[in-house]
Amino acid sequence: MEFSLTPDQRMMQESLSRTLAQASPLERVRAFAGDPSDTGGDVWRAMAEFGLTGIGVPEASGGLGLGLLDAALASEALGAAVAPVPLLGIVLAPIALLRGGSADQQAAWLAKLASGEVQAAVAISETVAGARDGAGVTASGGKLNGKALFVAGGLAADLLVVGDVSGGLHLVAGDAAGLARAFMPGLDETRRLAELTFDDVTAEPLGGGPELLAALRDAAWVLIAADTLGAAQTMLDKAVAYAKERRQFGRVIGSFQAVKHLCAEMAAELEPCRSLVWYAAYAFDAARPGVSGEASLMAAHAKALTCEVGRFVARTATEVHGGMGITDLLGLHFWFKRIGLNRQLLGGPERVREIAARLQGLVAA
Amino acid sequence: MDLSETPQMATFRGEVRAFLGAHADDVAGGAARDPKAWQGLLIGHGYAARTIPRAYGGFGAEPDILKSRIIAEEFIAAGAPRGIANQGVSMLVPTLLEVGSEAQKMRWIGPTLRGEIVWCQGYSEPGAGSDLASLQTKAVEDGTDFVISGSKIWTSTAHAAQMMFALIRTEPDAAKHEGISYVLIPMDTPGIEVRPLKTMTGGAEFNEVFFTDVRVGQDQVVGGRGRGWFVANTTLKHERGMLGDPNATEARLNALIELMKSETIDGQRVVDNPIFRDRLMDLQGRVLAMKFNGLRLLTAQLTHEPAGLAGLIVKLQGCELNHQLAALAIDALGELGVLYHDGPHLRAKGRWQWNYMFDLGLIIGGGTAQIQKNIIAERGLGLPREPKPAAA
Repeated sequence: MEFSLTPDQRMMQESLSRTLAQASPLERVRAFAGDPSDTGGDVWRAMAEFGLTGIGVPEASGGLGLGLLDAALASEALGAAVAPVPLLGIVLAPIALLRGGSADQQAAWLAKLASGEVQAAVAISETVAGARDGAGVTASGGKLNGKALFVAGGLAADLLVVGDVSGGLHLVAGDAAGLARAFMPGLDETRRLAELTFDDVTAEPLGGGPELLAALRDAAWVLIAADTLGAAQTMLDKAVAYAKERRQFGRVIGSFQAVKHLCAEMAAELEPCRSLVWYAAYAFDAARPGVSGEASLMAAHAKALTCEVGRFVARTATEVHGGMGITDLLGLHFWFKRIGLNRQLLGGPERVREIAARLQGLVAA
Repeated sequence: MDLSETPQMATFRGEVRAFLGAHADDVAGGAARDPKAWQGLLIGHGYAARTIPRAYGGFGAEPDILKSRIIAEEFIAAGAPRGIANQGVSMLVPTLLEVGSEAQKMRWIGPTLRGEIVWCQGYSEPGAGSDLASLQTKAVEDGTDFVISGSKIWTSTAHAAQMMFALIRTEPDAAKHEGISYVLIPMDTPGIEVRPLKTMTGGAEFNEVFFTDVRVGQDQVVGGRGRGWFVANTTLKHERGMLGDPNATEARLNALIELMKSETIDGQRVVDNPIFRDRLMDLQGRVLAMKFNGLRLLTAQLTHEPAGLAGLIVKLQGCELNHQLAALAIDALGELGVLYHDGPHLRAKGRWQWNYMFDLGLIIGGGTAQIQKNIIAERGLGLPREPKPAAA
């Protein structure tokens, strides 16, 4: 029994963090956030060079062939760096193709996804988090109609995996006729959300059924939880560093129990989330297709709990920084807002816990 | 990450299950009626006192964390009593093994393991709680003896104990932490008075112990005179592990889920109320997170790596979770939840209510939640200690 990361996994995560420090330092994030026309192409190319764009693509198709635990570690590093990288599409599209795609579809897309030549996004918010503002996509006769909201990375994607209202999944080319995209400006400017409108858009169906949709949802939940884990850990680290440095009343503020206990509470809440995220990712990788009960439950709890703790850490770490915490200059707000988007993306904690209860038969039919 | 079980461990798990199956009568109640006989059986099979050398009355197996965990899991799954787990077994014995003299090990460990000697812990004093090292119960040298006077508080099982392991100030001129010795005191020594301390549960789970010219031999000191603070820290480490056990927390969560599935309001299951259900799911997520945190700690032990924050948070988080589980059970029961003592409507013999109150004591005892936060912040995060106040 070994409940820990392998040396390779640690090395990959550290190496990605170093790459991000070069390719996407805070000034680069700030520039991306302030300019909607900035597509972050240089950061994307650095990620492709690193191999991240092929993290879940089999080696035979030019990828790294790694599992969700490795992807979650990458997600943690991206969250820690508030990096403008659309990881959900990177990880979920290959899962959709490998589990639900035909040989032709896999041959058409996997290698291009791995190399970074093609960007993908997944539009499943309506089926996971519920429909808002009348959104929802219907499929009929190979054509999609309707709207999909909150599609992370959906503005620039060359390939879309789209969920319809009856739980079916489809592949749509980014240049398909009848597809319109609009930017949905939001609080978190380190990632961009899109509204997709489908007007008789030609789509290729994916196999895999509801199990594939559940797998995409579970993987997304684990990745979002890991992103929040990384972002919250950075906020905690920054708060502790600040508390060791900032002096008031002739002492560093970290020597006051009022401040020290805030830091201890953040650490005590956040540390167990790390183990839960690891286990949820492990359960996803270990689960045989169709036996997803445990993996789904663990993914739900990882998402819900980490996002609850994330909110607590985001506000508390900001508070430890005093007035500086709310300034644009310090930039702590990029982490605060990233954690805020993660909380709602693909279902807030209440919604996700309700699904967790349903998975265990705790909701009356 | 690899949580699969080797064939060797699967075989061992099978052996434990077979043992429990063969002793179903004891599991069902016989063990509770004769705990000493059950304890003897467990030691004989290596399910208690597993790694304690045979010369001292244990089973003498090599330490194997995985096997210990398998035993714990199977006993919990079967609802089998784990044998005697009082403070003598869980705190004094490990301390003697680490720092006791050969004569002390031979004299005390065997009878303690077999349940023949029950111990109580004499640490806290009315004036020395969180600031334990300020304790004032003192021993004065008289020939080869010490003469002890003072008082201790929060001494669980003192009324039933034959012996106490106590922290006593033996070196009045030494610095605060260096004047304390760890002393073994027979409870029938003249001059000791035990008074039960009734708590909010209605029971007296603790006692006060008063010492008036209590005479013990100086050879009853463990680990050397003036070394008591360091000896005690060995045991406190064991206690903190005991107070945040995630297996016990998971068992309580499972009982809570069953409660909420079986209890009804207006004919509807409690768990079908979305607000109660959401609270249950929130706690389930937290219990799971602490369970996997425990697996991470176990791996760190196996590989001899420091566990860092994952270990420092266990007492704080575990005790708080236990309390919250009991709180939700009481809320789920509503007006039934405030019944107590006995009566036809009382659920689980009042266990949830008792836990709710007693667990508040565990949040405070064994290092308060606030002391735990100091430890997490100072040892885990490297924040500076509170400066000492200037002398008045």
